Amino acid sequence: MKSKAINEISLEFPSRSSNEGFARSAVACFAAQADPTLNELEDIKTAVSEAVTNAIVHGYPDSIGKVLIKVRLYSGNVLEIIVRDRGRGIQDVEKAREPMFTTGGAERSGMGFTIMESFMDALTVRSVPGRGTSVTMKKKLAPRVKAGT
Amino acid sequence: MEIQAKSADRNLLLEFSGELDHHGARNALREVELTIDAALPKTLLLDFGGVTFMDSSGIALILRAQQRMQLLDGSVAVCNVPPQARRVLDAAGISRLVTIR
Repeated sequence: MKSKAINEISLEFPSRSSNEGFARSAVACFAAQADPTLNELEDIKTAVSEAVTNAIVHGYPDSIGKVLIKVRLYSGNVLEIIVRDRGRGIQDVEKAREPMFTTGGAERSGMGFTIMESFMDALTVRSVPGRGTSVTMKKKLAPRVKAGT
Repeated sequence: MEIQAKSADRNLLLEFSGELDHHGARNALREVELTIDAALPKTLLLDFGGVTFMDSSGIALILRAQQRMQLLDGSVAVCNVPPQARRVLDAAGISRLVTIR
């Protein structure tokens, strides 16, 4: 059984690389209500940047398509981020998740999924060739002791 | 993403400032290669002191610069890496491949 989100947002934008900065900042702004530490906020921005870049570079290599982001905040300070494209899809997800593996040429390092995995608590990748890719990331934000309590 | 180049006695210093993501790295990659090819340095120092955000695009840039320097029999080091960029480099294990100081 899945609990209901306390709050959620949806974003949709064309797969232009100039939107990468907007996307990670927008998600970080939404996450700020959960009172994350600066490190957690930077980790979220970095993971979102990787997922969005993948959608732009690999989902739509030769065209501009739509990138969709859903962010949900659950009780217990759990943040769920879904980055989705309706692009080309990934032929072999397991291979794509291997460190240093890339089909993106010398511009890419092949470390995107490794960084998402290391900065978030959970990472799920679903992809159907020709239909698109969906990346779901979860992170539990550490509870913070409020000043003066 | 802006890059300032300073070259003296075949030591090339590249100072990066701004956001080093896929969008920013596109031009940066080209600029780094052109600057290396023009200066033909023995040592290359990448100063990340002004980098406000970095993702794996920064790793690709460092590895590309390193390949270029290997062709010239030169060395590469990265310095003044801010904490966020440092965590990205550590997650990818880059300190095993490139000198970070």
